[in-house]
Amino acid sequence: MILILVSVIVMTVDHKQGHLKFVRSTLSTLVYPIQVAVNLPVEAGRWMLRSFATRRQILAENERLRGEQNLINSKLQRYEILEAENMRLRELLGSTIDFKEKVLIAELLAVEMEPDRHLVEINKGTREGVYEGQVVVDAKGVIGQIFHVSPFSSTVLLITDPSHAVPVQINRNGLRAIAVGTGQNNALLLEHLPTNADIEIGDLIVSSGLGKRFPRGYPVGQIAAITHEPGSAFAKVSVSPSAELQQSREVLLLWPHSGDELHSKTQEAM
Amino acid sequence: MMQEQNHNGGWVIVLSLVIAFMLTAMPLPDGVDAWRPAWVAMVLIYWCMALPERVGIGISWMLGILLDVQQGAVFGQNALALAIIAYITIKSYQRLRVFPLIQQAIIVCCYVMIYQLLVLWIKGMIGVPPAAWTFWMPAVTSMVLWPWLFIILRDVRRKYKVV
Repeated sequence: MILILVSVIVMTVDHKQGHLKFVRSTLSTLVYPIQVAVNLPVEAGRWMLRSFATRRQILAENERLRGEQNLINSKLQRYEILEAENMRLRELLGSTIDFKEKVLIAELLAVEMEPDRHLVEINKGTREGVYEGQVVVDAKGVIGQIFHVSPFSSTVLLITDPSHAVPVQINRNGLRAIAVGTGQNNALLLEHLPTNADIEIGDLIVSSGLGKRFPRGYPVGQIAAITHEPGSAFAKVSVSPSAELQQSREVLLLWPHSGDELHSKTQEAM
Repeated sequence: MMQEQNHNGGWVIVLSLVIAFMLTAMPLPDGVDAWRPAWVAMVLIYWCMALPERVGIGISWMLGILLDVQQGAVFGQNALALAIIAYITIKSYQRLRVFPLIQQAIIVCCYVMIYQLLVLWIKGMIGVPPAAWTFWMPAVTSMVLWPWLFIILRDVRRKYKVV
């Protein structure tokens, strides 16, 4: 009976206030070896694949990667020019945004979390400076945010989790909306868009930076389907996420500065 | 009194539980994922049934907390559910022991369903209720796997003389 009472109290405290972060992160260190052990066979498989690749394969891959790098470099040149131009224009407008962001690569642990929630475990924790609420992206787009941190690992809440929402805007016309997770791997929903909103299938959705958590301008997804239900004021807009939520093995952790600076700027203005 | 009885083979219990945790965290393909048996609950039911004086509600509760941490769930979700399962098992272990395996498996299915139901309630209260019917599948797979688990753990227990 006492334990039931304690459980209920602990659940309420954890859900409402989160005073138990310290306990959780301490206990996580205890569980971490198990997770590493589970991850080990997967890791070993990858290692074998790498070490027994033939020389020719490696050469071919090298060739391909070099080609890709050239391509990306040439794109990057253009991007840098654009960034500089953008900064200049913004300076003229009187609102500077620092685009520089600190980035760290983390690897996913092949570990299952709670079923019917969209959580993944990564191998970076407070030792590397990861903090709760930090934004996680991959090469294609936004993945989610940090949910729990512990010294050696942390849990990422994916954008497809039913309890997750990202403030977004449509890249084409700047229309703002909120992308809510559905619990399915391949769909988000845009909430509260009126039926006559200017949206088309294939529109790119990027993070709007309004919630001050996700930095501006990271791709979130593309509009996959728009259904108008007669009788309802809002259109049902589903978005397919651009990040490879099911496939990516390496993710990037961001330490954005722009949000803070923008924040302090607006504070000053006020 | 408890100290005077010679307990041994505690490491077997710990090891079996560690393996259960590992099986819970083991990645499975997308479709099969929902069918994962409730390993920790099953192993716990076994030990509560076989050695009710050693593995009790307190241990179950602590295991539940660890499971919550491992799975990133709300603190206390699995702890409450596992503690209640342990309580029911300890209340009924004398009957459970003499049941034939099939009947035991059906009872275990019911227990795992109670466990799932508690988890479902808690999730519903927090606001993320799982929608799919596959949520109940672990109870069925646990039932199917129970006889094997029971035999393996019983043989292990006898071999290493865990009392």
